[in-house]
Formats: sequence, structure tokens, C-alpha cells
Amino acid sequence: MSAILELSGLSKSFGGLTVIENLDLAVESTQGGQVSDVAIKQGEILSVIGPNGAGKTTLFNLISGIYRPDSGEIRMDGRSIVGRSPEEIANLGIARTFQTLRIFLNMTVKENVMAAAYGNTKTGLWQSIFRTPASRREEREISELAESKLAFFGERLMGYRWDQPAYSLSYANRRRLEIARAMATNPRLLMLDEPAAGMNPAETHEITELIGRLRDEVGYSILVIEHDMHVVEGISDRVIALDHGVKIAEGSFADVATDPQVIEAYLGYGAASKK
Amino acid sequence: MSQIGVDQWVEQSDERRDRYSGWTAPARRAFDKLPTGWKLVGVLGAAAAFPLLVPQGEIRIGITVLLLAMLALGLNVVVGWAGLLDLGFVAFYGFGAYFYAIVASDQLPAHWPTWVAIPIIVAAAALLGALLSLPSRRLVGDYLAIMTLFFAQIFVELVRNFERLPFVSEDLDLTGGPNGIPGVEAWDLFGFQINSFKRHYYLLLILLVVLIAGLHNLNASRTGRAWRALREDTLAAEHMTTPVNKLKLLAFVVGAAIAGLAGSIFAAVQVGVFPNNFALPFLITIYAAVILGGSGSIAGVVLGAVAIGYIPELLRDPGKAGWLFYIGLAVMLVVTMKRWQPIAAVTIGLVVFGFVVRFVSSAIWDESIMGTANDTFISRFVDGWVLILGEQQDLITNYAFVVAIAGVLSVVVTRGWLRIATLIPTIYLAILVWENKLALQPSITRQLLFGAVLVVMMAIRPQGLLGTRRVEIT
Repeated sequence: MSAILELSGLSKSFGGLTVIENLDLAVESTQGGQVSDVAIKQGEILSVIGPNGAGKTTLFNLISGIYRPDSGEIRMDGRSIVGRSPEEIANLGIARTFQTLRIFLNMTVKENVMAAAYGNTKTGLWQSIFRTPASRREEREISELAESKLAFFGERLMGYRWDQPAYSLSYANRRRLEIARAMATNPRLLMLDEPAAGMNPAETHEITELIGRLRDEVGYSILVIEHDMHVVEGISDRVIALDHGVKIAEGSFADVATDPQVIEAYLGYGAASKK
Repeated sequence: MSQIGVDQWVEQSDERRDRYSGWTAPARRAFDKLPTGWKLVGVLGAAAAFPLLVPQGEIRIGITVLLLAMLALGLNVVVGWAGLLDLGFVAFYGFGAYFYAIVASDQLPAHWPTWVAIPIIVAAAALLGALLSLPSRRLVGDYLAIMTLFFAQIFVELVRNFERLPFVSEDLDLTGGPNGIPGVEAWDLFGFQINSFKRHYYLLLILLVVLIAGLHNLNASRTGRAWRALREDTLAAEHMTTPVNKLKLLAFVVGAAIAGLAGSIFAAVQVGVFPNNFALPFLITIYAAVILGGSGSIAGVVLGAVAIGYIPELLRDPGKAGWLFYIGLAVMLVVTMKRWQPIAAVTIGLVVFGFVVRFVSSAIWDESIMGTANDTFISRFVDGWVLILGEQQDLITNYAFVVAIAGVLSVVVTRGWLRIATLIPTIYLAILVWENKLALQPSITRQLLFGAVLVVMMAIRPQGLLGTRRVEIT
């Protein structure tokens, strides 16, 4: 195992407010090998927990290129990705979902997923205008790719749903669609920002299984922010806890969940000793 | 009623939609059954037959409509697909027109052959589009609109004031200043002169068909999808491997190239170019075509261009404008009242009211103040019922106009029989004002009626005639 993503000494502040402070982190993955190849050994699932305002989403925004860190290094496969645009980072193989869903509401379900294949396709403007055989072939491939990604979610996003506008989907299905869309960018590292937010217990259970399948069957390394501790317990190979931008604990779920500092961060000073 | 599951219900939704209701149902079902190819052939056939069926002068209207359709298609790429609010679009049209006018008139000693000029003009317009896309890298929405609007304004000011380029030759007059450039030559395609209205019409029609086919393919391709993703959520699109700046640039370039081409044809059709051809009112006309037709839909914006281009021409004729006024009144009455009893009550009341007013007025006034009716079919029809004033016409119609507006306002707030009672004099006054004043001034009325038509159309279908409703937040 080696690190697919490595953060060292990462800091970010907005005005006087330090949101991420001197953070080190590594996401493990098997090196080399095709992601689509199921036979390769799985990556790991690393969960990021912490109270509101701990800097979890900022961490995602730093990695995916929305923000530029004030200091520190972000390396993917050992190469720095600091200063690259979100599009370049996505092309390198880091895909993400958003805490506040950001699907393309007025496009069809299938188009949402097909749109994410842009970076891996190359039909040019003129080829598209004249609909050359090469462009039609590629279009078929994109279509098949989208269908296979949507099929990952069972029957929920299949059949007649393909041609329906995304705004017609239920909340849970929108979350699934966003994951399918991220999968279509052909990533190696998947970053899920609160995938179980707003879901009922049955759906939450399902999402937990799904994230496990994403690692086991597809082989993604997964970085996930989650508030639901059942989900975190169910999926995590490793957990880190943030508070005010500082990493306060790292390790297995059992270790982190019982860490006095973590309990303090969630419940306040003195809560750990009363337990 | 048997119970069905959600999925089944959704699956059957198309079937349910097929069961149209209302009196238009048979026509709509029949239209749906026609294969798309047949519909296309029908529309194309009608468009191709148009110049053969109408008098020479009306072909000019057809050319206006086709040019507007071409521009609307170009603007639709930028605004409808990529979602970039580009208010500088009309400048590309002007750029193409001026460029062609300069190289195909006596402004320059050298006259370029058409087959050289057109590709260069289109490429130059595209390059200018690329330039204007630069602010869109950082600005979105209203801010981009202001920025591009500035560009449109600057273009008009430049051609109006910069007839002489500084640092070049003193007697080189490039744009003709406020006088524009007269005497632009016709297109000459390898000896074939495009020099009549009919030829211009067919040239435009052929180009438009090619353009529509190309844009249709483009819309279904990965580029079209990426534009839509960009419009829906730029940040998410960027995270899904879409190079957003490149796609914004592409949208501007494609739109500008189309506008440049349309401009070079316009210069030849008009045999000249003038700064005011490319001022803001025309930009708004193009936007109106796109919005009315349905931003984002190819067939929609073409239909929008036909409506925006043709309706004002239709209204030039006071007779036709009269029809529109009365039909509009009738439609409003039916839509607001819905049931036949009140509609009948209003109609009968209106007729009685008119004769009573006429009777009373002839009793207290001298017949000599009466004027004569307009010479159109409807006016002759209502003559003898509505008062046609001769002397003091201005004074009385002005008062009537104000009272009619007050009437409209009170119709809005009243209900039941009171509403019917208010409606009768209000409609009467509206007809009075129309017959005495508005119908006599078609140039003003045309704009008023056109505006009213647009307001009604947009109120009925906010997404445009053939547009799809877009959801912003759910």
C-alpha cells in the first residue's frame, strides 16, 4: 500500500479565522493497476468527522482545488496538485460530491452522468457538428459508460428514469445520482461529502453498504465526511477527527470515538471525564 | 379505480399525456402522429414556397425573419445553451455587416471577392467572440451582462465616430461615421449574383437549414452537454472534468461566427450599413425572439424569430391590427369569465349599452360633431353602434382612455355581478378609444399591440413557445 493522496502541513485561513491548521493526512491505495479492474486490491475508506465548523468541507474544497492552501502541500501519487484547477484535479482522478447537492437539475438523469465523461473523451467541435463516425462511436461509449454507472445503484436509476429531468428525482436518488456522476469521471479517489445527510434509516443503511461496495467492487480509495456515526462505524477503515481545523484524533473508529478530545469537541469541556 | 405503484404511474405518464383534452385534442393527436421528417418537410416546403406566393415587397419581410432566425440561433448557443448573458451579441452582427460593407464597397480601393471575404469575416467575428469571452472567465450573470453591454455600446460609438483610423492615412474613411456606408455590393458566388430579394431569401434559407442541422448535432454532442452542465452549475461542471473557460470561449465563438455571417448578408440585402442598425433596440429584438420562442430550443427560437419578425409587419395594416384588437378582447373576455352565462351577459349588455349611449348622445348633441368610421371591415361593422367622434375627438378620447384604464383596474378588484357591470362600460370605452384614436395611428398602435401580444404570450407560457420549463431550486 502507498498513499494516493497525501497532505502535509496544510493550512488555510479566511481573514483571521484559521479553518485548517497544519494538517497531515494520507489516503492509502494500492499503487498502479486500473481502477476499473476489480481484481486489484482495494483502496481504503477514510472518514473525516468533527463538529460543525471543524473544517471538513474546507478540507474537501482544498483538495478539489476550489481553494488554494495558505501553506502546506497536497500530493497525489507523490506529485503536488496545489494550484491546479478543479478540472485538472478531476482529470487526475479525484472526484467529489457536494454536501449541498449540485446535480444538473434541468438535464436528464443519464445526461448528468454523461456530462462527467467530458474529460475522458475527445470529439472536437467540427466532428460533433458533422457527426462523424468517430464521434458517433464515442457518443455510444459515453452512453454505455453512463448506463453502467447508473446500473451500480440497482433499479433506482434505471429504465424510464434515464430520460427524466434530474429535478424529478427524490432527495435520496439525487444523492445516488451525484455519486454516479462522480464515478463517470473515472476517478481513483472518491470524496463523498455527507453522503447520508437527509436520508432515512433504511436509506442510510443502504448508502453504508454502497460505499463498501464502491471500495470492494470498483476499488476506489474513498475519503468521506459523515456525521452519522453508524455509517462511520460501518464503513471506515480509518477515522480522523477534526476540530477547529486541527486533527485531534486518528485511528480506528473505536479509538477515535472514545478519544477524550473527540468527546470534548462534540459535547464540551468536561464531558469526557463525566462519562 | 385500481391502485398502481409509483413506478407504473410514472411509466404511464406519456400515455396519459397522449390523451389530450379540450377542443384542440384531435389536431394535437394528429400532429403527434406525423413523423418528424414529414413535419420538417412541411415547414421547409412552406418556407421555400413563401417567395413564390407573396408579392415582391413581402419577400423583404421573409428575409428579415430569416436573418432574425439566424441571429436567434446564434444567441441561443450563448444564452440558451451555455447560459452566458451576452448583451454584446449585436456587435458581432454589426462587425460582420461593417466588415463586408468595407470590403465590398468604395470605402476601400480593393474589392474582395465574396468567397474570400465571407470566410475571413466569419473567422474574424469568431476571433472577436473569443476576445469577448475573456471577461466571462471571471464574471457571471448580471456582471457579465453589464460588461458585454459595454462592448455593444462601444461598437456603435466606434463606427459612428471613428470614421478615420488614427495613425493611418488621413483620407482613409473606413466606417463612414454617422452616415454609414452606402452602395454595398451584392454577394457574388463564382459569377452568380445574389442581387434580388428572392435570391437573398433562398440563400438565407439554405444557410439556415445547414446551420440548424449543425447546431442540432452539436447540441446532442459532448460539447452541447458540457454547455448545459455549465449553465446548470458551473462549479459542479468544473469538478466533473469540464474545462469551463474553454467551453465559454467556444460558445462565444460559435455565436459570434453565426452573427458575423448574418451581418455580412444583411449588409448586402440592405445595400448599405448604418450605425443605428446595430444599436440596442435590435439586440432586444433578438433576445425577444429567443425568449419568446423558448431559450434552449432550436425549433423554438426559429418560431420566436418568425413571431417577432412577422407580427409587427402584420400590424402595419390597420385592418389586420383591428382584427387582432377585437380577437384579443374576445379572448380576454373568455379567459377571465370562463363560463358562458357571464360571457353572454357581458356581450348582450355591451350591445345594449352601445345603443343607449348612441341614443342619449344624439339626443343631447348635434349630429354634426360625429365623424366617419375608418375604412376597414370591422370599423364599418361597429359603425352606428360605437360613437365615432368628429370635433373634440382628442379631448373626449383622452378622457375615455383614462376612464378605460380606471375601468380595467376596477375589473381586477371586483367580483360577480359588479364585475360584469364594470366590464361593460370598460370594454365599450376601449373600443371607443380604439376606433377613434388608436386605429388611426398604426405606427404607435403597432408597438402597443405587439407589446400586448408579447405580454400575453409570455404570461401563458413563461418558458417560451417551445421551451421546456426550467427548475431553479427545488
